[in-house]
Amino acid sequence: MSAISLRRIGALALRYLYLLRGSWIRTIELAYWPTVQMILWGFITQYLAGHSDVLNQAAGLLLSGVLLWDVLFRSQLGLSVVFFEELHSRNLGQLFISPLQPLELIMALMLISLVRTLIGVGIAVALAIPFYGFNLFTLGPSLIGFFFNLILMGWAIGLMVAALVLRYGMGAESIAWAAIFALAPLCGIYYPVATLPGWLQPLSWALPASHVFEGMRAVLLEHIFRLDQLLYALLLNAGYLGLGIGLFLAAVHQARKRGSLLQSGE
Amino acid sequence: MTEPAAVIRVENLCKHYGSVRAVDGISFTVTQGATCALLGGNGAGKTTTIAMLLGLLLPTSGQIHILGEEVPRHRQRVLPRMNFSSPYMDLPQRLTVAENLTVYARLYGVRRIRERLTILGRDLDIADFFKRPYGNLSAGQKTRVALAKALLNEPEILLLDEPTASLDPDTADRMRRILTDYQSRSGATLLLASHNMSEVERLCDQVIMLRAGHIVATGAPRELIHRYGRKDMEEVFLDIARGIQSGEVVA
Repeated sequence: MSAISLRRIGALALRYLYLLRGSWIRTIELAYWPTVQMILWGFITQYLAGHSDVLNQAAGLLLSGVLLWDVLFRSQLGLSVVFFEELHSRNLGQLFISPLQPLELIMALMLISLVRTLIGVGIAVALAIPFYGFNLFTLGPSLIGFFFNLILMGWAIGLMVAALVLRYGMGAESIAWAAIFALAPLCGIYYPVATLPGWLQPLSWALPASHVFEGMRAVLLEHIFRLDQLLYALLLNAGYLGLGIGLFLAAVHQARKRGSLLQSGE
Repeated sequence: MTEPAAVIRVENLCKHYGSVRAVDGISFTVTQGATCALLGGNGAGKTTTIAMLLGLLLPTSGQIHILGEEVPRHRQRVLPRMNFSSPYMDLPQRLTVAENLTVYARLYGVRRIRERLTILGRDLDIADFFKRPYGNLSAGQKTRVALAKALLNEPEILLLDEPTASLDPDTADRMRRILTDYQSRSGATLLLASHNMSEVERLCDQVIMLRAGHIVATGAPRELIHRYGRKDMEEVFLDIARGIQSGEVVA
């Protein structure tokens, strides 16, 4: 394999920045849902704060949950949707006959997903301060670990979804939206993993996000930083991301065998 | 005098999809600076062959060497030195022409991108719509932009699928002149698939005729016309597409 080229990764990222620059609606769209979610859960928090001991203790519990959940959701969607964009515009063949390597395509998708997530969730995080006096950065340095782990998990799922679409065609596109929501009840975003039935808990602990949200609750409720939870999440993410990359590369190889890169598109 | 080097060498190349033999044991070479046409009816195996040369499709068996490198194994070494244009492959619709060309120039590692775009804009007469979204262009304009993309990296080997499809006769003629100028200036090798036989007669010094995944005839256009006893390549093409052998008398 040839050396990875930052120039080629940058070229693909530039393609996406051109798209964003050309349409302000796209930029607004990135921040729209995270902001709506934040506003909704902010009101729910205000209402429940007078009725719940837990929320009295840590009013930011629900808002932190919803904003961090959006990091995971946006990073997955950011990767999958940008990949679908190449398919929709029948550009994938052009990319694969250029010197761009599949691994560089993956890295470019990750970079674009990161930019999309930072814009989308960043605006919602900033607006939560004047709206509800809630600052996500009160989570302290552990926030970096939470953010990083959720981004990694989003990329892993995004790559698996992209691999499925490459293999089964655009008919599988809806999985991009459904995949992450199927995992949401298991991730313990708004409640501890212990709330789940016993038989579901091992499944929940197998997800990096569950460790992140447990760690988040430990910071907000007990004011302790759970390094063990972050390390578990990181370890699991290494496995899932490896699997995601492997599946995507295998799907590209299969597409080369079947000839579907030439006519890939809607 | 030394023979020009073979820049494309294909040996016993096969691509099978289950029981369907899209390409079935073809072998040919294309020498440096040649203009070679891959001809054949629909489903003859032209696009499949080009896709394998580009590494976009993995062969079932056989060998491909391009610029001395084995493809698809070392495709990464040769892809920066070749390019491809096809009206059947698009560019991102919402990006402007200039943005699309800039992105691909960076992917191909082109230096002095602005200068290169100015030259291509002038040569291919596309500078006027550099700022228009690619999706808003007519089919003919898209074909010219696709050719500009293919010439960005000044390729040593240029693969073309229907290079003048959907162009009016005047623009098509201009495109052919651009291709011949580019070739005489750079010494590049051209391999094209076309259904336009007068274009083949005018541009090509070598023809490879395919039918049902097999090579059924090769030679220079004049030589094939003579061998089949026909007046032009159009008639030769019809003979071959209908399975008539050279020298056969048709009632």
